[in-house]
Amino acid sequence: MRAMTRVYWRLLGAGFRRQSTYRLAALGGLVANTTFGLLKVAVLFATVRAAGGDVAGYDLGRMSTYIWLSQALLGSINLSGRTDIAERIKDGQVAVDFLRPLDVQAAEVTTAVGGALFALIPRGIPMLAIGGFVGMALPASPAAYPLSALSLLLGIVISVAAAYLVGVAGFWLVETRGPQICYMVVSGFLAGLFVPIQLFPRWLELTAQATPFPSMMMYPIDILAGRVGPAGALTLLAVQLAWLAAVGGLGQALTRAGRRHLEVQGG
Amino acid sequence: MSAIVETRGLTREFTVRDGRRRRRLTAVDDLTVRVEPGEAVGYIGANGAGKSTTIKMLTGILVPTSGTVTTCGLRPVKDRRRLARQVGVVFGQRSQLWWDLPVRESFRILAAIHALPAATERARTAELVDRLEMADFLTTPVRQLSLGQRMRAEVAAALLHAPRLVILDEPTIGLDVLSKQRLREFLIAERRTHGTTLLLTTHDMGDVQRLCDRVLIIDHGRLAYDGDLVGLGRATGAERVLVVDLVGPSPDLTGIPAARHLSSEAHGLRQRLSFDAEATTAARVFAAVAERVEVLDFTVEEPDIEDVVRRIYAARR
Repeated sequence: MRAMTRVYWRLLGAGFRRQSTYRLAALGGLVANTTFGLLKVAVLFATVRAAGGDVAGYDLGRMSTYIWLSQALLGSINLSGRTDIAERIKDGQVAVDFLRPLDVQAAEVTTAVGGALFALIPRGIPMLAIGGFVGMALPASPAAYPLSALSLLLGIVISVAAAYLVGVAGFWLVETRGPQICYMVVSGFLAGLFVPIQLFPRWLELTAQATPFPSMMMYPIDILAGRVGPAGALTLLAVQLAWLAAVGGLGQALTRAGRRHLEVQGG
Repeated sequence: MSAIVETRGLTREFTVRDGRRRRRLTAVDDLTVRVEPGEAVGYIGANGAGKSTTIKMLTGILVPTSGTVTTCGLRPVKDRRRLARQVGVVFGQRSQLWWDLPVRESFRILAAIHALPAATERARTAELVDRLEMADFLTTPVRQLSLGQRMRAEVAAALLHAPRLVILDEPTIGLDVLSKQRLREFLIAERRTHGTTLLLTTHDMGDVQRLCDRVLIIDHGRLAYDGDLVGLGRATGAERVLVVDLVGPSPDLTGIPAARHLSSEAHGLRQRLSFDAEATTAARVFAAVAERVEVLDFTVEEPDIEDVVRRIYAARR
């Protein structure tokens, strides 16, 4: 058990360090996040003002928190559906993954989570700094902070484990760019990246809640923005755990089934 | 003693898309072989003969269509993770190193993956760094290594957990002579000190001659030859060739016992004589030549692997 912990700890570290070597990409992401954040400010602040200062529980302060938090998390939460595993299946490199005494899914997810955690530094902190500078509403209860940290971690893992599902579709399809692009469009929208899902029409909000996407981004933000209290936070955490079990279990099953289907590309 | 690799009727088919039609292709066809612990086996065949597919079934990457395979006493697909602790694989065309991280970091991660105790990790890493001469580039990111350096690191990565069975798929592909030589010497030493079983696929006859005491040749997924190198030479009738550079022009060197004149270049300054290694030796042929003309330099050419394989294939048709 301890040896197993050590392995995944090392893989987490490897993902973290690998991400740290992509400095220019981090800078590019930061610029894009900031620009997109300012755009969201313009549109969403206008919406709040037009609604008379409050829309679906969002005043300007909470909207500011939502905007800068969602931008801060963008580098760490995988809403694009792009994964290493998809690439490795396509070029046959996945053979090497199967040569290791590891669970292929767990190893891939752990490494990706390591990278996501690193991304919080160059892409998350600056966004929070902007938010702090322009003003954000923060939760009243101190309990919200550890709860939101946990929720954020769950959000990252769920997003990575769900993107993994798109990747392993490659066992059957080889080229997964089509599904990945569809996934990217849907996931960002339903995760609440563009507007908070509470602003959706009721039917669409219910649809979103029936998917794992809000668990990736919307719920951690709801907790950290103080839109829900500690009791509501615990409910959201339970929902997140359920989705983690669902996408994780599905990933296990698909990996097992896909292996039987595997035809290593490129000899 | 139980075999380290044992296959019975091992078969793998693939579906190939040929335009719109789909057809079945048998990559490995009814393969039955047995490899004992400590053997060094060269697994040879043309491109597409089924070598890599076999290896992937031995290691649990690919699921066989039919037949059985046991590796290190385990069923590769079912016991994949347990088997991975006993087998080390180098795919010459794939990397198991972390591309963006220093070489040393890959070794650390792999040591954790294989749950090596700290003392074992230190000792084994030091041994490999020393024998494969990797000290100069341990802190270099993998993506900045030369091919020769990277292959050494790949081999070290595959052997870090001191596996009982080492499988090398084209390990010397693209390497220069010196790098090849180093790698072979390392593998010989590794076998001597750890009793490792070696299975390698290659297109390089030098690899086979220096590393292997048994050869398996596969043709269209079927086993075409199983035996030692001497027997292979006998089976194929492949001959060795003595190339001599002479001091002065000379007529064709015909009539040398058990040798046959093949060609002359530059008015006979360079001549090639083939001889059957069963009937005579390079030394005897050379002595006979030296009696007649003054020799400046000479080399002995071994039959190349493509030639041997071609002869084996031709004999089967």
